[in-house]
Amino acid sequence: MIYVTRRAEFSASHYYHNPQFTPEENRRVFGKCNNPLGHGHNYTVEVTVGGAINPDTGMVLDLKELKVLLEQEVIQLMDHKFLNKEVPAFAQKNPTTENIAVEIWNLLAPKLAHGKLHRIRVYETPDLFADYYGE
Amino acid sequence: MMVYVTRRYRFSAGHRLHNEAFSAEQNRLVYGKCNNPNGHGHNYLLEVTVAGAIDPATGMVFDLTALDGIVAECVLEKFDHKNLNLDTENFRTQIPTTENLCREIYGLLRRPLEEAGAQRGLQLDRVRLEETSLNSFEYVPERAGRRMM
Repeated sequence: MIYVTRRAEFSASHYYHNPQFTPEENRRVFGKCNNPLGHGHNYTVEVTVGGAINPDTGMVLDLKELKVLLEQEVIQLMDHKFLNKEVPAFAQKNPTTENIAVEIWNLLAPKLAHGKLHRIRVYETPDLFADYYGE
Repeated sequence: MMVYVTRRYRFSAGHRLHNEAFSAEQNRLVYGKCNNPNGHGHNYLLEVTVAGAIDPATGMVFDLTALDGIVAECVLEKFDHKNLNLDTENFRTQIPTTENLCREIYGLLRRPLEEAGAQRGLQLDRVRLEETSLNSFEYVPERAGRRMM
């Protein structure tokens, strides 16, 4: 088994808010992330795919395929968007780094033609990231 | 469903690698320039990974402000700008290698973090330390059912 990782970047804004919380609760739980006008990050996504090396090509999968899939399924959906308002998955749930990692898994897992999706890592900043392994 | 959240912190500390049970030559042979009796320092980069389910009410695995507070209180205040051999109790009887420091930090953080996140079954997954940009050490205790990578 070899694990191949491809990185992509997108920039988006978001805010955290639970309509069932009072305004004070929202401020207490989410702090400055509760600003309803949103704020932004440069996100980095790492997609790791595991598989055997194809002896004919020496590759686990065609990285171009993965690049195009990431572009179509994730970057076009999230890049330069307000995640709460423009990405349907986040209409009802907070676009936290954790939820973004799970959502990207759900977008990519059914469409990956070769190899097995192993991990989605999402960096919100260089000092904060979330990993999801699909279980 | 488990999501793993990692946060990075930085601290600077001094140390000397030296084993009293070794001869002077043995110490020089085993620890090289890290055996310098006057000590030397590093800028450590610490990664703390917690694992848990996403709380549907917040979208979060754990409150990062609480994580920052616990790491600051239990680790950074203890080790930042300290001589690990002389200023801390943790290295009276063990050598302050980054391997040992990783395990110490895991031990310092596990109970406060898992108590703070007990309602949602939070686990301290691992502690990773970079001593320099060229070397890093990771302490990952064995746990039933945990992922391998």
